[in-house]
Amino acid sequence: MAVSDEIGALTRAFSGLGIDEKSLISILGKWHPEQRNSFRKGTRNFFIEDERQFERWDDRHIIQLEREFLRFKNAMLLWTMHPWERDARLAKEALYKGPQYGVLIEIACTRSSEELLGARRAYHSLFERSIEEEVASRVGGIERKLLVALLSSYRYEGPRVNEEIAKTEAKTLCNAIKNAGKKPAIEEEEVLRILTTRSKLHIKAVYKHYKEISGKYLDQDLDAELGLKETVQCLCLPQTYFSKVLDDALKTSVDEITKETVTRVIVTRADADMKQIKEEYHQKYGATLSKKIEDVANGNYREFLLTLVARGDQ
Amino acid sequence: MATLIAPEHASPVEDAEALRKAFQGWGTDEKAVISILGHRTATQRQLIRHAYEEIYKEDLIKRLESELSGDFEKAVYRWILDPTDRDAVLLNVAIKHSPIPDYRVIVEISCIRSPEEFLAVKRAYQIRYKRSIEEDLASHTKGDIRKLLFALVSTFRYDGNEINARLANSEADVLRNAIKEREFNHEEIIRIVSTRSKLQLLATLNHYKDDYETSITKHLVDGPANDYLVALRTAIRCFNDPQKYYEKVIRNALNKPGTDEDALTRVIVTTAEKDLEVIKELYYKRNTVSLHKAVGKHTSGDYKAFLRALLGKED
Repeated sequence: MAVSDEIGALTRAFSGLGIDEKSLISILGKWHPEQRNSFRKGTRNFFIEDERQFERWDDRHIIQLEREFLRFKNAMLLWTMHPWERDARLAKEALYKGPQYGVLIEIACTRSSEELLGARRAYHSLFERSIEEEVASRVGGIERKLLVALLSSYRYEGPRVNEEIAKTEAKTLCNAIKNAGKKPAIEEEEVLRILTTRSKLHIKAVYKHYKEISGKYLDQDLDAELGLKETVQCLCLPQTYFSKVLDDALKTSVDEITKETVTRVIVTRADADMKQIKEEYHQKYGATLSKKIEDVANGNYREFLLTLVARGDQ
Repeated sequence: MATLIAPEHASPVEDAEALRKAFQGWGTDEKAVISILGHRTATQRQLIRHAYEEIYKEDLIKRLESELSGDFEKAVYRWILDPTDRDAVLLNVAIKHSPIPDYRVIVEISCIRSPEEFLAVKRAYQIRYKRSIEEDLASHTKGDIRKLLFALVSTFRYDGNEINARLANSEADVLRNAIKEREFNHEEIIRIVSTRSKLQLLATLNHYKDDYETSITKHLVDGPANDYLVALRTAIRCFNDPQKYYEKVIRNALNKPGTDEDALTRVIVTTAEKDLEVIKELYYKRNTVSLHKAVGKHTSGDYKAFLRALLGKED
């Protein structure tokens, strides 16, 4: 390979999600000191000219590299964890790093009642606090109400749905949304009550009735509302939510918090609804999820993701 | 300490047969019902139900409902239910109470049970009513009382021993500030009372008393006379000293003209296998008459006999 090609391959090995360890070994492994010197001089974006006349690694890149090297390890840890510990740790991180309310909503709304309960128990063990007391004391305002209620929920999961009540509640939502200009829907007690206490089947029925009454989709109408759109999507259309979130994250130019979405979603959904997420993704974005992962991820991390994603094919 | 007097070994089959005999013929032999059911533990009562169902292909509870009546029937019904099921039924009755829900019962059960016990109650509620207690409660309440009760019912508190003293101190101040500003329904009050672990909350309440020389409930009496504040004070009393709280409920139930049988039944049935003995002592200390005597004076008939059986030893 010509030197310029090799440099290109090296740069590629360091970019995207995870590290292409094989390329690093096969290229860097055989380079003599002069070649490594040319590499340092030739790649301005990794190395900077130090005032004392030598090429120094750019600190930001070292941090970046650390993250990418650790991406596989973090995926391993997350994958081998008990789902309860996994969700508890993800919630803790989401609360302390960011904070990322979307992740909290995701966990609260896409897990089953028993899974969410398990996560809350694990949280007690790991952090000696309840998740609701942590969220309540760290989040203020209207988001607090929504998040605490969602994370504390223990929804009925049986088949019984009262269609009359679902219809009435769809009307309530309709009115709240119409009135959103004067008072945001998220500040309406009734909106929160319906979305945070009703069973998922019931809310799906509300979703259906909402479409019949207003001609529009509830989640689309909640576009401007803090967290409510994600709440409805996670409760009613989790695959739509997950495929969107993956598409946003499978890019090289996004921040670290967004990149971590890829590991989180694929690890937590591999045994749940990965098949449906792949179908939805293909439908919405044209490309297959696997191809997108191949384009954007590297090395062991990539192989691991692809393996998990392929599990849905059984 | 429990007051229930039950034999160590009882034969569920014999008990089922004896109950069947009590139902036969004209009327019911209530004394027999009391002498058996009034002296069996929760496990023993479960076994009797199973045995009765096996032998007579009939639900013992349904049979009791048709054979007995009035306050006696209500008491036996609540007594024979499995404790978690009982709490679920009590909660449902409280929520559906008219004209307004019986807030006190909801606060009492959600605050006195341990997190795991209350979780089991929520499950039992879902199985029985095919809805979650949260959705029923939320749809029957609104405003501040909804906020508080909903939070108390949804929470799954940490139940370990870790206490953060600095946090207890700062949250005691937060409570004080909200109360000083007369913002009794302040988000922070609800947050602290409904999410912190019981031990952490007690530490906070103790700091409050140390720093401000009065217990928080006395400061909360100053507010407007509304259901929310009553519920908040009840919650705090339940955390601080459940037995003292229960004694007061019984005392009020007996002193009320006409006697509040529902409250009396609820407390006795709920605590007979737990700490009714302590409550009896508290009652005697407070009223200089034994609970046995007081119940004897304010109730009558089979209902009275049943309660006194559950009250155990008369001293």
